[in-house]
Amino acid sequence: MSTHHRTAGNGQIQFGVFFQGVNHTTVWKTPESGSQTDFESFRRVAQTAERGLFTAFFLGEGLRLREHLGRIHDLDVAGRPDAQTALAALAAVTTNIGLVATQNTTYNDPADLAHRLASLDLLSGGRAAWNIVTTDNAWTGANFRRGGFLKHEDRYIRAEAFVQTAKAIWDSWADGAIAGSRDAGRWLEEGSITPVRRTDASFDVEITGRLPRSSQHHPVLFQAGDSPDGRDFAVRNADVIFSRHAELEDAKRFREDIVARTLKAGRPADDVKIFPGQEFILGATEAEAEEKHQWVREQQVGPETAIAYLEQFWGRTLTEYDPDGPLPETDPIVDVTNPTRGNAFHGASAKELAAQWRAEAKEKGQSIRQFVAARSRLNGRGLVGSYDGIADKLAEYAHTGAVDGFNITPWIVPGGLDDIVNELVPRLQDRGVYRTGYEGTNLRENLGLRAPLTRRASLNSGRNGAGLTESENVA
Amino acid sequence: MASTPVPELRSKIVALELDGDGAHPAAWRRASHLPGALLGGGRIRETAQAADIAGFHLATFRDSRVLDAGSTGIAGRIDAVQRAAFAAPLTRSLGLVPEAGTLFTEPFHVATQLASLDYSSHGRAGWLVSAANEPAEARSVGRQALAEADVLAEAADVVEAGRRLWDSWEDGAVIRDAATGRYLDRDKLHYADFDGDRFSVKGPSIIPRPLQGQLVVFAPADLIPAVEADVALAAAASVDGLAAAATASAAAGTPRTLVELDVVLDSRGQSAAERLAELDAYEPWRRGARYAGSAAGLVELLVELFRAADGVRLHPAVLDIDVPELAAQVLPELHRAGVAAPRTGTTLRESFGLPRPANRYAAA
Repeated sequence: MSTHHRTAGNGQIQFGVFFQGVNHTTVWKTPESGSQTDFESFRRVAQTAERGLFTAFFLGEGLRLREHLGRIHDLDVAGRPDAQTALAALAAVTTNIGLVATQNTTYNDPADLAHRLASLDLLSGGRAAWNIVTTDNAWTGANFRRGGFLKHEDRYIRAEAFVQTAKAIWDSWADGAIAGSRDAGRWLEEGSITPVRRTDASFDVEITGRLPRSSQHHPVLFQAGDSPDGRDFAVRNADVIFSRHAELEDAKRFREDIVARTLKAGRPADDVKIFPGQEFILGATEAEAEEKHQWVREQQVGPETAIAYLEQFWGRTLTEYDPDGPLPETDPIVDVTNPTRGNAFHGASAKELAAQWRAEAKEKGQSIRQFVAARSRLNGRGLVGSYDGIADKLAEYAHTGAVDGFNITPWIVPGGLDDIVNELVPRLQDRGVYRTGYEGTNLRENLGLRAPLTRRASLNSGRNGAGLTESENVA
Repeated sequence: MASTPVPELRSKIVALELDGDGAHPAAWRRASHLPGALLGGGRIRETAQAADIAGFHLATFRDSRVLDAGSTGIAGRIDAVQRAAFAAPLTRSLGLVPEAGTLFTEPFHVATQLASLDYSSHGRAGWLVSAANEPAEARSVGRQALAEADVLAEAADVVEAGRRLWDSWEDGAVIRDAATGRYLDRDKLHYADFDGDRFSVKGPSIIPRPLQGQLVVFAPADLIPAVEADVALAAAASVDGLAAAATASAAAGTPRTLVELDVVLDSRGQSAAERLAELDAYEPWRRGARYAGSAAGLVELLVELFRAADGVRLHPAVLDIDVPELAAQVLPELHRAGVAAPRTGTTLRESFGLPRPANRYAAA
C-alpha cells in the first residue's frame, strides 16, 4: 500500500445504497420484487439502510424513457419518481441518512436546481447531496424548453459553470441574515443577500438566493464521471466520487490517480472521498452465495434481455437467434452503433464491435445469454461470498484505504439490503471497520468532510465558527 | 374532462394555506418559535400534522420564485413541492396542494415532481397553478418576462403538457409479464407530443400515471377558462363580494370553486380587532376579503358562503394562534352543522367528489 492510501483512507468502510429504478440489473420476475414506483418501496429501503447505519441513500435520474430500435424499451424496470420529491418525503421518515439526488446540469436552470437542493438540505437537517450528471443529446432535450443539443465537449463546461453558480447561490445569504428575535425590525436583515450575476458562454442570469444555508453549509456534491475530464471536474468541484472501480487493485490505482489530481487541484489528499458502485450477493456459506449468484445472473439477463442487448448494436431484430446459442454470424446492419437510448457505447463501429465480441464469446465458449450476462456486469462479478468472507474482504479494503465506502446497488427491492444490514454490518463492526453509530447529525459530518471549498477561508478566519465540525479544522 | 358530469359534493371543502408563520406579514412575531427555526422540517411537521388532525380537507403551500424583500415579513421559503412531499408521510387524510409556477419552469420537471408527490401521498396531491410574470424570475433563468398577452396561453400550455404527461402511461402499463420478459406494455405508453408556441415536450413521462389518474388542478379564477382546472379559487376585495365571485366562477364551468378568505380570530382573551391592530402596527395587512371576529361568527359566515361556493380556502393571520382556534371552534361546528365532514375520501379527487378521469390515450 502506498502512503497515498494511508493519507486518504481512515481505516473504515461506509455504505451507501443506490435505488436505481431504471436498469436491467434489478430482478423483477420473482414475488419478492416490490414496486419500483410506490413510496413504500423507497421508505423500506431507506429505513433499512438507516438501521444499518448507511451514510447515504441515492436516487438516479433519467429524463427520457429509454427506447430500443425506435420504440419504448419494455424489458427492464422503469418508472421512477422525481428524485428530490421522493427524497423530501423520505427526509420526514429518516433521521440520519444522507439523501442523494442525481440531477442533470444540462436540463435544469441553476436558479431552480440550487434552490430545490437547498430546500432538501434544510428539510432534512443538512442531509442533502447532489450527484452531478451531464447529458449531451438532443433526444433527451426533446422533453425540455431548452431542447437542442449540447456538444459533447461542452458538457463539462456547462456543468462547471452550473456548479459554480449553484455554490454562489448557496453562499449568497450572509450568516445571521435572519432575525435573532421576534422583536427585530425585519425578518431578513437588509442588505444581507448578495445577488449572483453570471454571464458566460453557458449562462446569462441574475439570481437572488432565496434560502439560508443548512447545518452542513452546502449540499454534499457527488460526481461519477470517469474520463480524465470527469476526474478533473470531480477534484475541482466535488466532495465524493461515485466510481466504477470496485476491484481492490483497480480501486487502489484509482485512489492514487484521484489523490494526485486532488493535490494538484490544491486540496488536501483526503478531501475527495471515493465510493465505488457495487453489487453484494451474500450467503451463509460460500456455496450458498455462489448458488444465489448464478440465480441472480439468470434473472437479470433473461433470454429476451440477452437478444435485445445485441439488437442495439446490430441495429435490427435478432429474435430468430437462440439466446442459448452462439452470437450471430451476420454483421450489424448499421455502421455506427445506436444503442438503447440512455445507454453506453454510443457511436462505436458496429462491425468491429461485433467481430470482437464474436471472437471473445467463441474463445470463452459463451452463449449469447452467457456473453451478455458477463458483459453487463458493471464492476466485475460483484462481491459474492459468505458473510464472514465478505466481511474479511471489506476489512482489507478498509485497511488499504483504497475506498471510503461502497455504494451498494441492490439486485432486488425492497428487501435487497436485509442480509447486508442483518448479517454483514455486525460482522464489519466486530472487525472494527464499520461505525457503531452516526458520527454527526448531517451528511458532511458523517462523511468526514471539511466545509465546502468556498466557505473555508471565511470559516478559518474565525469570522464564523457556527456549525464548524472537527474535521473542518484538519488542514 | 368538461364532458364528464360532475357528481355531487358530499361535503363542503375547508382548505388551509400553510405558508410561513401565517398570512399576515407580522405573523412571525407571534409564532411559537424563533425566526431561525422556521425553515426546516420540524415546522412543516407541526403545521401539517395540526391541519391533518383538525380535519382540514387540504393544505396549500404557497411558492414564489423571487425573494419578497420589500416587506418586514418572512422572505425565505422552502420549495413548495418539497414541503408538501415532506408532509406526505406525516399526514393521513390531508390533501397536499403545492403552488408551482408555469412561465419560467420546465413543464416536464413540474409534471413529474407533482406525479411523484401523488405517489408519496397515496393519492392526496393537487397542483395550484400560478402564472406570475415576474421580470426578476425570468432574469434568474436567462429569459425575459412574457408579453402580457401571452401569459394565459403559456400557463394553459404548461398545464396541458402536464396533463398529457400524466396520461402518457395508461393505468396498468407496468405488466411484469415474466412469460414474455416484458416489464412494460409499450402499447400503453404514449408520446405526449405537446407542441406549443414557446416550448415542446415529447414524453412519455418517466413515472407512471399518478394514483389519482390526474392530480386535482387548482387555479386562480382569473386564469380560467384558459387553464383547464378542476378547482377555481375565487377572490374578492371584501367578504361581501365572495358569493358573487363564487357564482361567477361556477358559471364559467369549472367543476368546483373555493373562495379565498383571510381570517383573524378572537383568541386567548384578545379580540380579533385588538390582535389585528397589534399586527398591523408592525406592517399593514393589504389583502382581499377578510373576516376578523369570533369563531361563531366565522361559522355563520362560512355556512352562508357555502350556499354559493363549494368551499373555502382560509388564510389565517397567525398559524400558531388562529389554527388552534379553527381546529377547536370552527371545524367541529361545521361538522356538527352537517355542512362539512372531516374525511370524505381516500384521495383528494374523492374529497372533491371528482371521478377518476379516463385516460385521453386509452382506446375507447
